[in-house]
Amino acid sequence: MSELNKVMVEKYRNDFLKEVEANVEEGNWVKMCMQCGVCSGSCPFGPYWEHPPQEIFMMVRAGKREEVLTSESMWMCTSCYNCIVRCPRELPITHIMHGLANYAHRLGIAPKMNPTRRFAKLFWQNIIKGGRVNELKLSIGLYFMDGFSNGVKKGLEMLPVGLGLLKTGRLNPFGLLGGGKCKGASDIHKMLKKAQEIENRRKGFAS
Amino acid sequence: MADIKIGAYVCKGCGLGERLNTAQLMTVAQREGKAQVVREHEFLCNSAGISMIKQDIEKEGVNHVVIAACSRRAKTDAFGFDSVAISRANLREGVIWVQPDTDEAKEITQEMAADYVRMGCAEVAKMQIPQINPSHGNNKRILVVGGGISGMTSAIEAAKAGYEVLLVEKTGQLGGWAAKLYRRVPSHEPYADPMETGVPALVRQIEADKRITVHLNSTISRTSGAPGQFSVDISKESGGTSTENVGAVIMASGFEPYDLKKLPELGGGKSPDVVDQAGLEQLARAANGAAIKRPSDGKEIKSVVFVQCAGQRDESGKHLAYCSGHCCNTSIKQAMYFKDSNPNVDAVVVYTDLRTPGNGEDFYRSAQRKGVIFTKGTVSEVVPGAELQVKFKDLILNDDAVAKADLVVLATGMVANSGVDIDTAGGAPNVEGQKEGGESKVVSILNLTYRQGKDLPLLKHGFNDSHFICFPYETRRTGIYSCGPVRRPMDAQQAIEDATGAALKAIQAAENAALGRAAHPRSGDLSFPTFRREGCTQCKRCTVECPFGAIDEDEQRYPQFNESRCRRCGTCMGACPVRVISFENYSVDTVGYQIKSVDIPDQFSEKPRILVLACENDAYPALDMAAMNKIQYSAFARIVPVRCLGSVNTIWINDALTSGYDGVVLMGCQKGDNYQCHFVKGSEMAYYRMSKIDDTLKGMSLEVERVRTCEVAITDIQRAPKIINEMAETIQKIGLSPMKF
Repeated sequence: MSELNKVMVEKYRNDFLKEVEANVEEGNWVKMCMQCGVCSGSCPFGPYWEHPPQEIFMMVRAGKREEVLTSESMWMCTSCYNCIVRCPRELPITHIMHGLANYAHRLGIAPKMNPTRRFAKLFWQNIIKGGRVNELKLSIGLYFMDGFSNGVKKGLEMLPVGLGLLKTGRLNPFGLLGGGKCKGASDIHKMLKKAQEIENRRKGFAS
Repeated sequence: MADIKIGAYVCKGCGLGERLNTAQLMTVAQREGKAQVVREHEFLCNSAGISMIKQDIEKEGVNHVVIAACSRRAKTDAFGFDSVAISRANLREGVIWVQPDTDEAKEITQEMAADYVRMGCAEVAKMQIPQINPSHGNNKRILVVGGGISGMTSAIEAAKAGYEVLLVEKTGQLGGWAAKLYRRVPSHEPYADPMETGVPALVRQIEADKRITVHLNSTISRTSGAPGQFSVDISKESGGTSTENVGAVIMASGFEPYDLKKLPELGGGKSPDVVDQAGLEQLARAANGAAIKRPSDGKEIKSVVFVQCAGQRDESGKHLAYCSGHCCNTSIKQAMYFKDSNPNVDAVVVYTDLRTPGNGEDFYRSAQRKGVIFTKGTVSEVVPGAELQVKFKDLILNDDAVAKADLVVLATGMVANSGVDIDTAGGAPNVEGQKEGGESKVVSILNLTYRQGKDLPLLKHGFNDSHFICFPYETRRTGIYSCGPVRRPMDAQQAIEDATGAALKAIQAAENAALGRAAHPRSGDLSFPTFRREGCTQCKRCTVECPFGAIDEDEQRYPQFNESRCRRCGTCMGACPVRVISFENYSVDTVGYQIKSVDIPDQFSEKPRILVLACENDAYPALDMAAMNKIQYSAFARIVPVRCLGSVNTIWINDALTSGYDGVVLMGCQKGDNYQCHFVKGSEMAYYRMSKIDDTLKGMSLEVERVRTCEVAITDIQRAPKIINEMAETIQKIGLSPMKF
């Protein structure tokens, strides 16, 4: 268990709803759910979720902290916004799902091998480096996510696509060497650092 | 009446002139209908047509009028002549609109029209002009039984309208349950917080009103009479009885909470820390805004669980089968008591279906904002102890769970204080379970001296029968209106609206009675039932079958009609085996002679005759609407509107069959618990009587398919004509009746 997680468990003993309200983006909306189930019924990925949003909200209220935060469910959200559009109580469900996923990740208890989480991490690291996504590096990073031999295999599989992109000028092979950074990338780093500080201070995360 | 002068008027408007041979109809009216004055008019309902009729009434002495034009439901204002008997031959909706406009159809269409003219003349010849009920009273004072929020509101509303009010309350103070509340569910924007009950203000208003006389610690020990002339004994708890006269009665006797001791599995009676909603109000009143303390040890309550539907919506038959409607909002309100005094108190509402009528949805949201937790689940057990354990099944997570609490509140629901159940005579339990062990004694509220019983009839679950579908305040005792939770479960806001409505109905009843007129639904009807004493066999069927308990017995055991209590449905007339009961304008003869006047072609003509007796409230308008939509039906049908199917005397069916009709269709309203009958029991009585018609048919060697009774709603615009056509097909299959002479 991470240090931050221990702190949170201590701070909100037996009251997971309050913890969610304080620390999760849009978490103060969870209490307003009226359990109609429209979100779960509207979700195109609904059948694949272990706990659809309706259940997640009920679990938050029932204090099932471990089960919620270690769940893969929130990571299944594809941000289609169907639930937000349909929720009769106007809960920002998509945002809450991402908020919960993000919170679990910060606490270090999100499922380690969840592909969405891993992709999100890759993407984040990629984009903050130069302030702009380096697509070539991102895709290669993705191929090699599950080890070297898998990476080579996947790379060979995708070779015809890559060559096609190259031919039509949609892929810059020099991206591999770096470059493509925006001007003032270091300023972006400063901004991100400041934002992190503000957020940590606001949410009471020890930093 | 010796000097009947019939005037028959045939209209040629609305296409009647083109489709029908009106000259022939006039001949029929004159020769067969014995009309002394017969005229036709291009447009009978216009001012020239009306003044023509008026002139005949004034100058020619016409006192019985047959209007051969449109349905009796159309142009009632134009054809409403005072002090004459009127019959309407329905040539428009009854004939030309339901028959094809073709050369082949011309003959039978004309025959249909001629029959309706014959029927109109026959009916009017047997009608008399109604005279006002001679034994009407004109007391307009309103008696309100029950001083809760419903009773107080009724009293105030009736007084505001200028009527004197007697308010009788069983206990020593006004206010009822509402006075025992700490706060009320809000009745106005923003529906966010509990509000003051408003009871003290109502009490002050009543005390300040000179028109309202309050009797505390009093009950009604006898009620007799009729609207406009009720006589009521008011007995004081300390002894002593005063007799008062009133014109109408409002029964607002309210409810009792379902006894929580009947729920031992939920901790009812097992722990002082398991209370019902009334118990929590008491705790909240004691705390008065400060932290609420629990009964067992006076500890400040830090966690509370509300159990919804405790002993309600029960399918096992042990507890209340119904939803009391107010409890969800009440628990939301009570959870707010805790959250408002200390947001850190855990308040959990365990529900299966949260129902928040009115603007309760906003109130629910407000509670969620305040941090009340709502959990969908069914509670199986409450384990008593210093910390109570509420075991429940979480229905969202499909999980067995336990909630710990300092206090548990059970939402136990309402049991009506409706007095004795007169249908299960002797006061059998009105709610299963409520009387288990026989600890609670059912006491009559009104102590009516009516032959049918001491209190208002019940519908189900022990609530008053109050025509919940169409006319919510109407009970089955004319001039007595029930309101509030005695009628159906409801909250204070609904009770206030209900009480206002009941006050207006009571005023209406007293005013109508003073004019000698009927109350709803034949409001304004001046006719009333009379009987031929020398023919009566004292069989008592009329006194038993009257849906409104209007008929008592006199000292010589003859029926005593209490005209002001009568709703003029004619169920007594239909019940009478010796046919001695009649109304001046509606009798066994007015309908019987219509039936007999129809021309019956011989057995080989291939022209059957179908008699349709249609309830004037639902089936007849449905057929009229079918006609407006030009939905055609068999030209062999002859439709006679009846006040209620309950007024159908089986002699009509007998006469019809013996005089050669090939089929009979009875169309009445829906019966049973979800009845739509305007007279509550009329259609049910008709069904009961008709259930025995098969023997009669067999005795006449006729097929049982020739008579059919069916439930027709006003919306059955397609179905009603279809039923007639089905009968026509049946007759085609089984052949014409051999009884034609």
